[in-house]
Amino acid sequence: MSTQITELPVQEVSKKNGNEPVIEVKHLKKSFGSLEVLKDVSLKLFNGENLVVLGKSGSGKSVLIKCIVGLLQSDGGTINVFNQDINALNTQEMGDLRQKIGFLFQSGALYDSMTVKENLEFPLRRIKKNLSEKEIAEKIYEVLENVGLADSLHKMPSQLSGGMRKRISLARTIVVDPMIMLYDEPTTGLDPITSDEISELINQVQKRYKTSSVIITHDIKCALNTADRMIMLMDGEIYKEGKLKEFENSTDTTISSFFK
Amino acid sequence: MKNIHPVKKVKGFAKVQSVKLSEKTLAKTEAAGSFLTDFADVVLFLTRIVKETFSRNFEFKEFFRQCFQIGYKSLPLVSVTGAIMGLVLTIQSRPVLVDFGAVSWLPGMVAVSLIREMGPVITALICAGKIGSGMGAELGSMKVTEQIDAMEVSSTNPMKFLVVTRVLAATIMVPLLVLYADALGIMGSWAGANIKGSVSFVLFFSQAFASIAFIDFLPAVIKTFFFGAVIGLVGTYKGYNAGRGTESVGVAANSAVVLASLLVIIVDLLAVQITDMLVS
Repeated sequence: MSTQITELPVQEVSKKNGNEPVIEVKHLKKSFGSLEVLKDVSLKLFNGENLVVLGKSGSGKSVLIKCIVGLLQSDGGTINVFNQDINALNTQEMGDLRQKIGFLFQSGALYDSMTVKENLEFPLRRIKKNLSEKEIAEKIYEVLENVGLADSLHKMPSQLSGGMRKRISLARTIVVDPMIMLYDEPTTGLDPITSDEISELINQVQKRYKTSSVIITHDIKCALNTADRMIMLMDGEIYKEGKLKEFENSTDTTISSFFK
Repeated sequence: MKNIHPVKKVKGFAKVQSVKLSEKTLAKTEAAGSFLTDFADVVLFLTRIVKETFSRNFEFKEFFRQCFQIGYKSLPLVSVTGAIMGLVLTIQSRPVLVDFGAVSWLPGMVAVSLIREMGPVITALICAGKIGSGMGAELGSMKVTEQIDAMEVSSTNPMKFLVVTRVLAATIMVPLLVLYADALGIMGSWAGANIKGSVSFVLFFSQAFASIAFIDFLPAVIKTFFFGAVIGLVGTYKGYNAGRGTESVGVAANSAVVLASLLVIIVDLLAVQITDMLVS
């Protein structure tokens, strides 16, 4: 019985378990001038899974998650997050929906003029408005402890290394308890040891905060460490979708070149 | 040499000319389209600022922080500029007034020049350089490093948090800086008058203020609010709409200073014309 279930595609297993998708993208299109970045992308993210979107640079991976969070307006197709069509939402509704989504930017995007503490307080005070000062301080300490940087509270972003910036950025994202995490190239520009640590943190965040995640990467090691399911994006279209093993055992040269 | 029929020659010439003409028309249409798009962008930007200014949840904390940044942090520069402005004006004017035996007019002349024109315009130009470039560079680098996007996904309206607060702070702080520069300018003038002569502080100030009427003061103060608004708007617009590369940060800062300075001069020209029409 269990063998039958594991052989089913993940979507079907999830449906069988009554697990509805938290994100559902259908026929997404996005162009910049005459350049068609996303031609026809459809995907689903199920509750509690880590979905890795793999692809080489310029394949439209970052554009995809920026469309999902509404930072970019799609040209066609639909994006449903928690069964809400994001294109039909007004500013207030979009703001409410974004409170459930965490976005880790490729550059970290820490606010340069603020200390680590202020960076973490910024979203917390705006999203969790009823927290007391003590609760805010406790929450900040908790997330910094979780990313292993509790002693960096009063540092400025300029005093942090690349890996530390990524960790603090991750802490800023999880401090508001998001239900969905979108990671944009979380290990880009980091050394292999720090990359592994960030990948491990992604798994810890999933377990501890019960998040569903889309991880955009071209780092195969990060993908292998974090993926429950994978999608390969190629020239703005989905080239292959499946479980990790299907990708690892693939004889397709385009896919296997990633695993070399 | 091949002999071409004259009719064919004319046809060929007409064809080349028509292609050239259509290329020129297309280029001009594209330029006009680009200008209209930019103009629409500016109008949209202004509309959003007005809308966000009067919407709920004003960012008071950030507004006061910006007032501090724009006002207090500009004090050393404005102090030096203001004092030197008065001093130089006095040193330059004194010999001419001495020749005409009108040296007693010096305090009044300097005060009127400073309060009506030199104080507001020079301080605004200094602010355009310091504040405008600061806003352009800061917002531009925030755009490049995705900090504005990060703000947006944190359910914070970056337009309200970054732009509205800066524009309002500049609109309020620039007039205060101008008044401060005027005061220091008159003090600088008193110091200048004492280099080659001797005049008491009280006498100098009483003569200076005796020459200033309310009509000298009011239009000059009103126009400084417009100077502040222009500096804030241009600085934030250039920064907020910077491109994606690091080069665009420099471009945003540079173009913010150039455009803000130019607009300060144009607003001054309009303000002088309007004042002249209303007073006369």
